Amino acid sequence: MIKVVQYINQFFANVGGEEMAHIPAEVRTEIVGPGLAFQQAFKDEAKIVATIVCGDSYFNENLEEAKKTILEMIKEYNPDLFIAGPAFNAGRYGVACATIAAEVKEQLNIPVLTGMYKENPGADMFKNKVYIVSTKNSAVGMKDAVKKMAPLALKLAKGEKILSSAEEGYLPNGIRVNFFEKERGSKRAVNMLLSKLQDKEFETEFPMPDFDRVEPNKAVKDITKAKIALVTSGGIVPKGNPDHIESSSASKFGKYDIDGVMDLTEETYETAHGGYDPVYANLDADRVLPVDILREFEQQGKIGSLHRYFYTTVGNGTAVKSSKAFAAEFSKELKQDGIDAVILTST
Amino acid sequence: MKLELGYIYIKDIQFAEKSKVENGTLYVNKEEIKALVMEDQNFKSVEVELAKPGDSTRIMPVKDVIEPRVKVEGPGGIFPGMVSKVQTVGSGKTHVLKGAAVITTGKIVGFQEGIIDMTGTGAEYTPFSKLNNLVLVCQPVEGLKQHEHEKALRFAGYKIAIHLGELARTLVPDESEVFETPTVKEGFKLYPELPRVAYVLMLQSQGLMHDTYVYGVDAKQSLTTMLYPTEIMDGAIVSGNCVSACDKNTTYHHINNPVIHDLFSEHGKTLNFVGVIITNENVYLADKERSSDWSAKLAEFLGLDGVIISQEGFGNPDTDLIMNCKKIEAKGIKTVIITDEYAGRDGSSQSLADADVSANAVVTGGNANEVINLPALEKVIGYTSVADIIAGGFSGSLHEDGSITAELQVITGATNEMGFNKLSAR
Repeated sequence: MIKVVQYINQFFANVGGEEMAHIPAEVRTEIVGPGLAFQQAFKDEAKIVATIVCGDSYFNENLEEAKKTILEMIKEYNPDLFIAGPAFNAGRYGVACATIAAEVKEQLNIPVLTGMYKENPGADMFKNKVYIVSTKNSAVGMKDAVKKMAPLALKLAKGEKILSSAEEGYLPNGIRVNFFEKERGSKRAVNMLLSKLQDKEFETEFPMPDFDRVEPNKAVKDITKAKIALVTSGGIVPKGNPDHIESSSASKFGKYDIDGVMDLTEETYETAHGGYDPVYANLDADRVLPVDILREFEQQGKIGSLHRYFYTTVGNGTAVKSSKAFAAEFSKELKQDGIDAVILTST
Repeated sequence: MKLELGYIYIKDIQFAEKSKVENGTLYVNKEEIKALVMEDQNFKSVEVELAKPGDSTRIMPVKDVIEPRVKVEGPGGIFPGMVSKVQTVGSGKTHVLKGAAVITTGKIVGFQEGIIDMTGTGAEYTPFSKLNNLVLVCQPVEGLKQHEHEKALRFAGYKIAIHLGELARTLVPDESEVFETPTVKEGFKLYPELPRVAYVLMLQSQGLMHDTYVYGVDAKQSLTTMLYPTEIMDGAIVSGNCVSACDKNTTYHHINNPVIHDLFSEHGKTLNFVGVIITNENVYLADKERSSDWSAKLAEFLGLDGVIISQEGFGNPDTDLIMNCKKIEAKGIKTVIITDEYAGRDGSSQSLADADVSANAVVTGGNANEVINLPALEKVIGYTSVADIIAGGFSGSLHEDGSITAELQVITGATNEMGFNKLSAR
């Protein structure tokens, strides 16, 4: 039997409204408020062993103390699952639910779940940290909320695979999960366009991200003294691709020594990139990673020197997050090696 | 322009002495097909195989999928400017072997071809697992350059599809459907109250074997232009692409373009489907600016209220997609875009290479980086050895028992950006 501890505020515990929002946390062993509906939905699979009741003002005004006390209370019961709320559109209650859920997840390492209206401030603050089921904006939506939260809570407690937000009903949490819709994409596009044309509400399947723009650095003061490194997402690797960098969606980058290499030839280098016809890159990899020209410039004194190592990966189908992680790692080395400038080449 | 499509439903495919269609079965004379392919001296040898729904068969690496069609009334022939003479198609009557396809295979670039599984997990993701397929396994002669190999294979596919399509010429269709697009003037008169909607169809044209052809013209050398939707049903647009399998538009996708079909089904009811704007996805910034300027200009010119924009490929073309969307929205015309995502294997990365606030209505074909497990199948047409290096594969993708662990990218048509599938992501 899965043991559940639930968190609710003074209002849902029938203690009182705003005038009782100052009450500190207390434990009830009987099932209180929304717990009745949850217990019914759990049937014999889970049992609510305790309910924490805490005033919204108390929680938010005594944050650290409240968190500490409540954690101690929960620990007593050694639960398998923690449920907070649902809070609907009650702002302080939503923030309290999400905060304590995140704290329990982190400190006690057990599955947690809360629920609230998508515009509750707690949702934006915590939707990427804990599963928050999307509910209606008032307690009228309790039945609907329990219907979505109870099965998801059981799945979490049993460690089952969690499907996409659209299927499970939680607020999108930044983790994209595939699933099959009822209609094909083109039909969904036509329906979405019709709604948009009629000024009706529609829901995009992919909200646009906040795009990070990188400001260019200041110009290199004296290029003839600069130590320059080559970095590419064009997939140039020593012949045979010794580190097996993937042709698409690269999981790694390579670092290769070009000490004494004056020219990249068909016999010595190639591309691992799967996004373009590799014929010309394989014939002469300098086309993507211009070692030959930089060696000439080095000899002519047009640049200070070419760095001994180049860094390379495949940009094709590679997640932005992976690229960022690669760059964070080798940028440190470039800094340590005293590089003044980097030439980044793509394909 | 009015076109009637007559569907002859194909429920089985078999080799036989004589090529013919009878009671829903497509009979194919294997030697006849081989001889036709071998007319091209670029091929050293060819094998012809069958792959039916439910077969324990894996086909890889797949280049293109083509539906057999034949023009029985009206001007021109299938694949105008490529195989048939250049003549405007899209009117009259066309017969379709619905449920059959020709699949071309071969190691061209090595990275850029896909997998079609006829059963199991992989089959759920590709629409081609539901078809009765004739698979061409063509071996090029020694020393044939990759782009020549691509071209030879492309034409082998058209030739065989047209050959099979001819078998339907005198048949009585099981079912027919009529598609009609009025002229701009007639459209205004017929549907004065309905929103005017067009389809902006982006064609892969990055070059170096990332090419699409329109009436025989390489799309990267063409300005943004317009077509009647039915022209596309007669093969006005064909694929010459070797790009990641999951989101390239095969020739099958083009002639069965789902956006066109779904806009037609609303035409005259909730919207007025005005036509198709085709635009390319070139790599140079000047080309991107020019092509997207022209998409927006034509959209304005046609007096549109809304457009659906579909993409092909990912990464670099994301910029074309966003430019088209942004510029068309800026004209006061509402847009919905169809794309797919590269959100990383764990789904937590930013999905697109470009973004804009005006792209507020997006349909997604799913996360192509999601990892899937493909069971070992009894028969392999082609070679599984490329599993570790194709786009979406990684070192260790191919297991000893023949099963494959790879990103969804490897499956032909899995995250199609014309919205051909039900797959999505949140």
